[in-house]
Amino acid sequence: MSHADMVPEAANAPKSPPPEVNAGSGEAELQRQRIRAAYLFLLPMLVMLALVAAWPLFRSIAFSFTDASANTIFNGESEWVGFDNYVERSVRSNGEVRWRGVLVDGDWWNAVWNTVRFSLVSVGLELVLGMLVALVLNAEFKGRGLVRAAILIPWAIPTVVSARMWGWMLNDQFGVINYMMMGVGLIDRPIAWTASSDTAMIAVLIVDVWKTTPFMALLILAGLQMVPRDMYEAAKIDGIHPVKVFFKVTLPLIRPAILVAVIFRALDALRIFDLIYLLTPQSDSTVTMSVLSYRELQQFGDYGEGSTMSTLLFLIITGFVLLYLKIGRVDLAGDKG
Amino acid sequence: MTKSIRAASLRSTTAFAITLAGLGTVAAAEEITVVSGAVGNAIEEFDRIVAPWEERTGHTAVLVPMPASTTDQFGQYRLWLAAGNGDIDLYQTDVIWAPQLAEHFVDLSEAAADVIDDHFPSIIESQTVEGKLVAMPIYTDAPALYYRTDMLEKYGFDAPPETWEELTSMAQTIQEGERNDGNGEFWGFVFQGNSYEGLTCNALEWVKSYGGGQIVEADGTISINNEQAVAALEQAASWVGTIAPDGVVSYQEEEARGVWQTGNAAFMRNWPYAYSLGNGEDSAVAGLFDVTTLPTGGEGSAATLGGWNIAVSQYGDNIDIATDLAMYLASEEAQKMRALNSTNLPTIQSLYSDPEIAEQQPIIPRWEEVFLSAVPRPSAPTQEDYNEVSTAFFSAVHSVLTGEEDAATALEDLELDLEDILE
Repeated sequence: MSHADMVPEAANAPKSPPPEVNAGSGEAELQRQRIRAAYLFLLPMLVMLALVAAWPLFRSIAFSFTDASANTIFNGESEWVGFDNYVERSVRSNGEVRWRGVLVDGDWWNAVWNTVRFSLVSVGLELVLGMLVALVLNAEFKGRGLVRAAILIPWAIPTVVSARMWGWMLNDQFGVINYMMMGVGLIDRPIAWTASSDTAMIAVLIVDVWKTTPFMALLILAGLQMVPRDMYEAAKIDGIHPVKVFFKVTLPLIRPAILVAVIFRALDALRIFDLIYLLTPQSDSTVTMSVLSYRELQQFGDYGEGSTMSTLLFLIITGFVLLYLKIGRVDLAGDKG
Repeated sequence: MTKSIRAASLRSTTAFAITLAGLGTVAAAEEITVVSGAVGNAIEEFDRIVAPWEERTGHTAVLVPMPASTTDQFGQYRLWLAAGNGDIDLYQTDVIWAPQLAEHFVDLSEAAADVIDDHFPSIIESQTVEGKLVAMPIYTDAPALYYRTDMLEKYGFDAPPETWEELTSMAQTIQEGERNDGNGEFWGFVFQGNSYEGLTCNALEWVKSYGGGQIVEADGTISINNEQAVAALEQAASWVGTIAPDGVVSYQEEEARGVWQTGNAAFMRNWPYAYSLGNGEDSAVAGLFDVTTLPTGGEGSAATLGGWNIAVSQYGDNIDIATDLAMYLASEEAQKMRALNSTNLPTIQSLYSDPEIAEQQPIIPRWEEVFLSAVPRPSAPTQEDYNEVSTAFFSAVHSVLTGEEDAATALEDLELDLEDILE
């Protein structure tokens, strides 16, 4: 954002006649040079982004308008089908009209709902828990460094490993969680956490919250450390209740950090794949947009429909982010900062 | 895993030494990569089987292990093959994949000309697509009903169940008895209820044995929406949470074997590989069980035809050496080792009367008759849509097992979905 803003400024500079011609043109020249240098430094990054982000995204969108399959993606024999993958009206031999395509597919909308529900609940829980953890870690106590490092461990474990680990812990026959809950008499028979459609989503949420709360805590902690100490001292001298201090002083000051943390997590949550794919059977109760799109692409080899799902996923995430930025008035460019 | 890598590198060093010693006479030692799903002790087993071939040829064979889920394997293989990936020389393929992957594999009919008649004709036929022999069979698979002989005796049953109703009531009796004796984790029956290809196999057996057809018939008719199929699925759904654990709807082969092998189940539906593992030293049920054909629903017992084959990728660098290894892996020598070590059923008919096999693995000769009742999955009539058909089927069955849908509605919807997929 910010480097784009520099361009019109630079272009405008020579138009306004400078009072002292010599010094002015020198300054403008210097400015131009700096912009050129900036672009030069940015170039490798831009090329990289174009290669690994823009090009695949473009290909994906292009595939969504074709009937590409696993056998035709590499030899280019797929054909253009317009919006048929999104929605298509087909008339059966008996004259019955049927609407087909991802946009009228019940499974897809179920997956969208699952994803949105998962994202809202998991990010919500992580925000509250992450905030609590951050507040504790922000306090001065002995061995704070050690605790801070220890709390990050779940975040450092690869998702595949933690999904497998929790899969065993939540197992209905050998799982330690059922064993402990039976031991203290909370339940009288083991619960099939990941299998049953009532508890599968809860199991996923437990693991996700366990895994990503540290990340949330870390970002909020960074925000907390920016709050000047003297504000707390002033509040203390004025005898203000700590709860009131939190809501009137701390919260407004760390708001930017929270908004950024939430958007990171929300982006992550909306495209969740690995945890759900590994932890639960692919049933309607947990399947998300990414899992559905993976299934279409990888297992059915239907690149047309799979890419349509990926494109819609991209649009939905973009929509959410734009909405969030508008509501939260987040200033990602930092221009007004 | 680490062990196999170390073993592989050790072997390549040895192979290198051999090459140096016989410089000029021995052709350069090549490394042939074989990709395969790894269940049970597949990795150790592979090293043992290829050892004689490596010694004979001076080349090395390296196993690239893949996840146990065949659905995941297939997706990855198809992508590699479509991209013309040359890193993998040999693919271990499921019996149902031949029609979908045929164009990427080398025609083996010439290399196999001498031995082709030794194999079961139906299995060779399943691997032949438009006259091209796509893959060589290395072992075949048909599931069995595993039952605890000690439990049957304890509760006064003199024979294993012949129908699904009998199985249900026997399982119920044994489970109640064992729980009253203090084993609260004992279950009557375990099977594969996760939503994946294995559920298609399980459910096809239920439906077929009730006379409900085989989802899509050989001529392409969609036959799944019928009363017998509904009855079969209702029966299966009644097991979940009663004689089978609630978690069975997330079990694949290994989870079912886990419950069985710790001695916590009276009956299990599984493939023959679980037989030798169940009699292993660390098994709680060693010597306490036997196997029989799956129960019937009134229209005969049905066993889904499984089995694995070895196919030569046409994108590899050493097609000739790879073909040689493929022929070795499918040979009588290798199949016999596999039969003795891991109860993998041979595809070579004469091995069923082999005295050594009959003595060490008595289950194998008895299996010849199971093939007569084997049902193929509908991969031939559905062609490249098979995966989508199978997924629609196992998803529908899974939703019945978990109680999200009743069997009649699920099958009605499934019929419409299949019409869409196949039109």
